[in-house]
Amino acid sequence: MVTVTTPLKAESRDLNFIYNGGHRALKGINMPLYEKKITALIGPSGCGKSTFLRCFNRMHDLYPGNKYEGQIVMHPDNTNVLGAGVDPIEVRMRISMVFQKPNPFPKSIYENVAYGLRVRGERNKRIIDDKVEEALKGAAIWDEVKDRLHDLAFNLSGGQQQRLCIARALATDPEIMLFDEPTSALDPIATANIEELMTELRDRLTILVVTHNMQQAARISDYTAYMYLGEMMEYGDTDRIFTNPTRKETEDYITGKFG
Amino acid sequence: MEIQISDRLAKKFRRNLIERGIEFLLLLAAMSAVFTTIAIVCILLYESYTFFEHVSLRDFLTDTQWTPLFADAHYGIMPLVSGTVTTAAIALAFAIPVGTIGAIYLSEFASHRVRETVKPILELLEGVPTIVFGYFALLLVTPLLQKLIPGLPTFNMLGPGIVIGIMVIPYIASVSEDAMRAVPMSMREGSYAMGATRFQTAIRVVTPAAISGIIAAYILAISRAVGETMVVAIAAGQQPNLTFNPMDSAATITAYIVQVAMGDLPHGSIGYQSIFAAGLVLMLMTLFFNLLGHFTRKKFREAY
Repeated sequence: MVTVTTPLKAESRDLNFIYNGGHRALKGINMPLYEKKITALIGPSGCGKSTFLRCFNRMHDLYPGNKYEGQIVMHPDNTNVLGAGVDPIEVRMRISMVFQKPNPFPKSIYENVAYGLRVRGERNKRIIDDKVEEALKGAAIWDEVKDRLHDLAFNLSGGQQQRLCIARALATDPEIMLFDEPTSALDPIATANIEELMTELRDRLTILVVTHNMQQAARISDYTAYMYLGEMMEYGDTDRIFTNPTRKETEDYITGKFG
Repeated sequence: MEIQISDRLAKKFRRNLIERGIEFLLLLAAMSAVFTTIAIVCILLYESYTFFEHVSLRDFLTDTQWTPLFADAHYGIMPLVSGTVTTAAIALAFAIPVGTIGAIYLSEFASHRVRETVKPILELLEGVPTIVFGYFALLLVTPLLQKLIPGLPTFNMLGPGIVIGIMVIPYIASVSEDAMRAVPMSMREGSYAMGATRFQTAIRVVTPAAISGIIAAYILAISRAVGETMVVAIAAGQQPNLTFNPMDSAATITAYIVQVAMGDLPHGSIGYQSIFAAGLVLMLMTLFFNLLGHFTRKKFREAY
């Protein structure tokens, strides 16, 4: 793997995160995020991997009293996502997110995908039509829904809903896409579809994915980070992490001795 | 459908008996409300029947005067219906926007502390006896309105309408707020993650997600406004007038019933029987609004 020439898309520098109430969930996290690669975050429950992921699009801002320390810098413009003067809405326009449980809006399939464009003030129906189609194709769900774009999104199956949520996140051309355990609520076939889709998306954007499923991390990711108790224990090429981890803790977790 | 149960389970006769007993008790409790409703409808129909033996249905629906107390008695329900509809419409025109905006604020914008202060106050407002609101309309709101609109009579529909509106705001705000708060946080997060603002999230995601509950709140408010008695009895003048003008005095169905029930007409007379016919109309109106709400709710759900 030619990691040397891969450009950085973002990196976290000495990131600490303190929940309202004082719990320090992240302790000095340093991690690169390479452009157009998939980086997987693994680790036992409560290790802080979802907390870390949600720092990237400032989701913690929705709840009062949470505190970030350190930086998450986006390249090439060197914007510190966590900077005091940075509007979280601007950040979320560049970094989109797919959640653990599919969470379509109570709208039609079409309106779900158009949502991001509409909140950005887009009114031109032609542009929205094109973007919606492109995003649904990009999320490999176009053929299944093209004849019922104006049906309620809740009528789709769980796997279809999740692909719809990916289409929704794709429609606004984000630079980074965050996936928070995107397949944990899905059956094996739907999971395989989403995994395939993620590897296709790698050509277009940078992906950071939290997963409980180590096989999944091994199958789809280029880089893997193992977290434990709010710390980054080990980070490296996925192949190396899974075949030759340097730390005993990583090996124990990967081989299923605990976690 | 026959369900196969193993012998071991089927022998638990005692347990089955208890289960059945409990099920029956629950059924009884659920049915009590249904039986009461059916009984009320039966009594209304039976008593109205006596009334309609003397007054033709055609007169009842088309006559433009309601004067059961006069020697030349007319029994046209329309003046009472117009009074009811007008006061309720004024109330809702006022309460639906204010109540809905209040609910959106409380659910999506207010801090925890503000919400925990305001909601109990709203619920307190629900508990104020309606007769207090009646005098509030007559002695405070109408005089204030008279300063704005010269020539407004002391008894009119505008003042009581607004006051009924104030009365039902807490219902709309509190029930709608409950519905909005019940929208899962994951849906809001989905919206914020797309770069939406708080306002966009509230209007475009939370409100449509809670629309069933919000419409339920409106139906509750309509039924309250249509069925409200004391405020209009006190402040609207008890004058059956076929008018939709808020400046006029009028009587509503409920105000008329209260007037008769308080003893202006001898028991057993046709005039007395007329309150059952009026009650039947009131019930049909409420039923109509409930059905309307039911179908709008269905339609709204399909529109997304």
